[in-house]
Amino acid sequence: MDIFKIFTREDSSSKEVAKERLRLLLVHDRANVSPHFLEMIKEELIQVFSDYMEIEEEGMEIELTRTKLGKSDALVPALIANIPIKRMKHLPK
Amino acid sequence: MSKVIVVTSGKGGVGKTTTVANIGTGLALLNKKVVLLDADIGLRNLDVVMGLENRIVYDLVDVVEGICKLRQALIRDKRFEELYLLPAAQTKEKTAVTPEQMKELCDKLKQDFDYILIDCPAGIEHGFKNAVAGADNAIIVTTPEVAAVRDADRIIGLLEASELPGPKLVINRLRSDMVKKGDMMDIEDMIEILAIELLGVVPEDEKIVISTNKGEPAISDPASKAGQAFRNISRRIEGEDVPLMNLEVENSFMERLKIFFGLKR
Repeated sequence: MDIFKIFTREDSSSKEVAKERLRLLLVHDRANVSPHFLEMIKEELIQVFSDYMEIEEEGMEIELTRTKLGKSDALVPALIANIPIKRMKHLPK
Repeated sequence: MSKVIVVTSGKGGVGKTTTVANIGTGLALLNKKVVLLDADIGLRNLDVVMGLENRIVYDLVDVVEGICKLRQALIRDKRFEELYLLPAAQTKEKTAVTPEQMKELCDKLKQDFDYILIDCPAGIEHGFKNAVAGADNAIIVTTPEVAAVRDADRIIGLLEASELPGPKLVINRLRSDMVKKGDMMDIEDMIEILAIELLGVVPEDEKIVISTNKGEPAISDPASKAGQAFRNISRRIEGEDVPLMNLEVENSFMERLKIFFGLKR
């Protein structure tokens, strides 16, 4: 995910690569999230969103990563879903 | 008051047994009465690292099953004042002992010893549960590698769950030359990621291989840098405030020359 970060960083040493890989691994390990669990979330998200829009199920991505919380530098786990929309459904008012 | 310390790592091959052998010897050199308990049933190694493999008559499973008395299974290391080994069984299954039996055994050993050091098997299964059952302190050994630190993190979580909080970290096989080049995670990186207290850092040292070949813990070799690190760790366990040793590699001739002429400091 942070491929570009690695190249733009001043210090592109193997140590930084190791740290980044480790951090991401630990986000998954600590949250105890299995691929199966992510798949379940994905299925349910598809159901919810399908009421409002047609979505491209093939291109849908869902992953656990880290993000900054507010102004602080503390990183917290974050669930990022990328849901391509084919067409909005216009619901009767 | 006596302490029961389990040495664990999750991942195999990071130096648990070497750590147990050296810290145990270190504490014995500080005039403590120490017993090393090998909890790796079926794959015992601590006896070999300590050079005591030829003196085993009874083992941990014999004690638990009541085949012999605890006193009969303890092997005294004659090179040190008060150092003993309780070997694991080599031909039994890991399930030969239960966590309750291990706890009972540790409580019994507490009456006679200042320190009970438990060498935990790799993994998080039955053997791990046995090894931590009777412990009231934990030391986690890791090396500066992604897989080892990941497993250490998992172990920290499991120890919290089994009400063994506040484990301390030993970073083993650090190569300061590689850290300097940015090709190895440094001490701060690992402490920050694991959010755990540091007990000590042991440099990579060829002397460890040599001492393991001979069955003599490196801690008794004054020339060994790893030995020095283990001596410091032993003193810290005893409550002394010992600063981290300088792990810098010896300066090359050119660098020393530069320092001499004031070009570098």
